[in-house]
Amino acid sequence: MMKVKDIALDGLVRQNPTLRLVLGTCPTLALTTLAFNGIGMGLAVTFVLICSNVLVSLLRNVIPDKVRIPAFVLIIATFVTIVSLVLDKFMPDLYETLGVYLPLIVVNCIILARAESFASHNKVGAAALDGLFMGLGFTIALTLMGIVREVLGKGSFFGIKLWNFKIEFFASAAGAFLTYGLLIAIFTVVYNALERKARRKNFSGAFAIHSEEQQLAKEGVNNG
Amino acid sequence: MANLLIIIVSAVFVNNFVVVQFLGICPFLGVSKKTESAFGMGVAVIFVMTVASLVCYCLYNYVLVPVGITYLKTIVFIFVIASLVQILEMVLKKFAPALYRSMGVYLPLITTNCAILGVAELNLTSAMVTNVLTATLNGFFSGIGFLLAIVLLSGVREKVDKLPIAKPLKGFPITMICACFMAMAFYVFGTVAL
Repeated sequence: MMKVKDIALDGLVRQNPTLRLVLGTCPTLALTTLAFNGIGMGLAVTFVLICSNVLVSLLRNVIPDKVRIPAFVLIIATFVTIVSLVLDKFMPDLYETLGVYLPLIVVNCIILARAESFASHNKVGAAALDGLFMGLGFTIALTLMGIVREVLGKGSFFGIKLWNFKIEFFASAAGAFLTYGLLIAIFTVVYNALERKARRKNFSGAFAIHSEEQQLAKEGVNNG
Repeated sequence: MANLLIIIVSAVFVNNFVVVQFLGICPFLGVSKKTESAFGMGVAVIFVMTVASLVCYCLYNYVLVPVGITYLKTIVFIFVIASLVQILEMVLKKFAPALYRSMGVYLPLITTNCAILGVAELNLTSAMVTNVLTATLNGFFSGIGFLLAIVLLSGVREKVDKLPIAKPLKGFPITMICACFMAMAFYVFGTVAL
């Protein structure tokens, strides 16, 4: 059984989908003009990610290998439809703001990537946890970016007005690219520093990256 | 005629899918290392986008709406796109092996390109799209916009790769910053009143 701590660290830090793997970039850039939108989008993705991971994991021995990708996409599309129907009914404002990006969760690469690389050869519990933490990693990154862009571009924090000073550049499309690029750069610097520190202290520290082989070997053990 | 011109300018420049609407960013960043591969990806996207716009628009208006199951549109669209890509791959393999070899690797990637699903969804709400013809044209020119953006970025990246860049900025961050300047250029088109 893969440790919960490992899955959590993978999702939140080591393999953070937004900041390290740079997956699911479209909503990250488009919806982070406000911090609240970041949370909304993040939670919608987290829900879909958990559900699709669980279902894919349950069906992993049933789905033939050849048609697995269409099957995964169909599973994901079903949950996205559920989310959009629920949001339309109960949170129409958020539904309006997310707009076309809500149905586009179907083609968010994070979800398909987790179905393919994790859920399709792990037990249900691990798959659900992986979905939860990957989703949270995505949500945190989106919220962080939303906060930066909202404070700089609109002079407010979660809709609360802070000051009149604002740089509208950060609310625009170009500002989104710049913020995201710099955020990845800062995250990489901090991550590398922490990793070096952990390695000096202890060789198999919490931040040590698993090599591909180790990961595969681990997953092989889980299956066996 | 004037309507056609508006669609062209709007789809290619003002509402450019990549740098203005943030759709299809994954291939935009992933396949823009070399101009050649960027061009291949762009052509493949134009192809699929045009056909997907046509098929999805027809299916929505002539099947889903009369039957009253419009809430299934996302599932239907993604299924159409996935099968379309699969069919295209088989057809190319059979009848144009040379083209298949140069385009082959990018085709499966297109299924998860959100620009394709995006154009199918946006065709339903866009004010410019009034019939099948305008939907198809909108798809085609949105594809051209994608090609333009990805080829431009790949040109910039080929040059930037040769420059000495601070280590933390290497890779994605510097690409994002290049894209930032491109987005600024496209922002100017947005100020043109249509």
